[in-house]
Amino acid sequence: MNTPAAPLSRAQAQASGGSGEAVIRVRDLRMSYGANEVLRGVDLTAHRGEVVALLGPNGAGKTTTVEVMEGFRKRSGGEVEVLGADPEHGGEDWRAGLGVVLQSWRDHGRWRVRDLLHHFGRFHAPYSAPGRVRPHDTDDLLARVGLAEHADQRINRLSGGQRRRLDVAIGVVGRPEVLFLDEPTAGLDPVGRRDFHDFMHDIVDSDDTTVLLTTHDLDEAEKLADRVLVLAGGVIVADGSPEQLSSLVERDSEVSWTVDGQRRVHTTDSPARHVAELYGEYGEDLTDLRVSRPSLEDVYMELVRRHESGDAEQAAHEFVKGIR
Amino acid sequence: MNNALSNAVRAGSARGVLEFRGTFTNPPDLFGYLYLPVLFVVLGIFLSDEEVDGAATNYGAVTYSGGLVLMLIMLGTLAVAQVLAAEREDGTFLRAKAIPHGMVGYGVAKAVHLLAMSAVAVALTVVPGLFVVEGFGPQGWGAALTLVWVCLLGMLAMAPIGATLGALFGNPRAVGLLMIPIMGLIVLSGIMFPLDLLPDWVRGLAQATPVYWLGLGVRAGTLPADYAALELAASWQLPVVAAVLAAWAVVGSLVALRVLRWTARRESGSRVQAAREKAMKRVL
Repeated sequence: MNTPAAPLSRAQAQASGGSGEAVIRVRDLRMSYGANEVLRGVDLTAHRGEVVALLGPNGAGKTTTVEVMEGFRKRSGGEVEVLGADPEHGGEDWRAGLGVVLQSWRDHGRWRVRDLLHHFGRFHAPYSAPGRVRPHDTDDLLARVGLAEHADQRINRLSGGQRRRLDVAIGVVGRPEVLFLDEPTAGLDPVGRRDFHDFMHDIVDSDDTTVLLTTHDLDEAEKLADRVLVLAGGVIVADGSPEQLSSLVERDSEVSWTVDGQRRVHTTDSPARHVAELYGEYGEDLTDLRVSRPSLEDVYMELVRRHESGDAEQAAHEFVKGIR
Repeated sequence: MNNALSNAVRAGSARGVLEFRGTFTNPPDLFGYLYLPVLFVVLGIFLSDEEVDGAATNYGAVTYSGGLVLMLIMLGTLAVAQVLAAEREDGTFLRAKAIPHGMVGYGVAKAVHLLAMSAVAVALTVVPGLFVVEGFGPQGWGAALTLVWVCLLGMLAMAPIGATLGALFGNPRAVGLLMIPIMGLIVLSGIMFPLDLLPDWVRGLAQATPVYWLGLGVRAGTLPADYAALELAASWQLPVVAAVLAAWAVVGSLVALRVLRWTARRESGSRVQAAREKAMKRVL
């Protein structure tokens, strides 16, 4: 499975990273369940203060990757380093530097919002440092995530969106250096999603937190992340800022036209010249001319579609070709 | 103990107290406190005419002491297993795992919660018994002290069993099935009726369980001294009660810790997610 390694290194060179200290470093991460190889050599790096989105279709191994970094799952192979330690052997002091946003369900339903946040915050107090006072003040944090007026409410009375805010508050209450979020906005309506994006920016910016989030939503990756990694077929197939990825894709446009009742399509990186040539050749016979520039989303959707029809590896290669 | 660890112990105790206080405003918990005392008060009064041959008490009081043991067993095994299985499923356990020393805090909270609940449950059983069940109750301070240490040691022996079962059961709704073996154990351990009605081999088996010794200790604390003559060894055997319960507590804790560590290691967001989807399917 070495083929995707080439575009990876290229994409890495283009990535906005390279500046700042690497806080997460993953090399050749492999994971198999029996004969099923879910991750086949994932490489990724995240620097201090960087927001990285791990984008990929459902079942691509995003959750597995994050759980390995969280220290919640044993890997089959490869090297992983988070905050200078191997998550498999990271102790409690190491964990104090991590924040994990978990999706609440019905846990702690009878607790009041403030009590629960305060309770979890207490565990972080011994890790307070001059430059990083831990934990966050409970009421202050509740206000920032927009739960101030629900502070005395029982958690089982919160709406789905409010619960998610609380989840994030619990994840960041210890002012983590690294924050993991797995599909943070799954199940949220568009308003809840936007609110979530807003307070994520607020919280992350003020603490210089490195964030690694997974999503299958390209839009979300673009909105939140400094850098997007696309995971497909068990490897990272693209790595770059949302703008870089878009510009890579936009080079290739699709020109379609009809001549003598026959529909034709041509893909080119210089659509204007191609149109000019076509006109020179067919003149007025040329009808129904259309130039379309596939967006990152088009390519990504294609990737997802193919992945779901079981042609993941092919799709991954196509995608790499697509962004070249 | 380092600073972060002792801090987690304090946070855990506070959590235990908060959860314990919550039991008084939660109808299912209140029911849990009251149903056995009420049931056994009725049984105790009903059976109080049946005098015990050779002791200054009646089968109402004997049954009532059995009720107290039953309560302790239910709390220590079934309630602990149920809470643990439910909190693994709903992600409470995982939240504890995600914070520094969170598991220590969780364990301390559960211990505080359980001990406080047990104290209330024992008081709610013993106190009404003193007034309405004839022939039941500690005969003097010595017996009262015996009752206290037997209950405490009994909980320490039972809770690890409950914790181990709770950690092994993936599905909290299946924990209810444990009622069947627990009831069997209670019947065969001489708590509800004297063991001499049972075959020898059952008696031997019963004495290998902590349930028999907990029952013996509780009877020592709540029945007149002359009842001891009717026990298998014709005495309360308090040193043996202490030794067996302590052994179960120590061995049980070691096993429970291992099993809990193993369970905790495997806990992750996707496991909770999977459990959630499974539970949702059941609801729909």
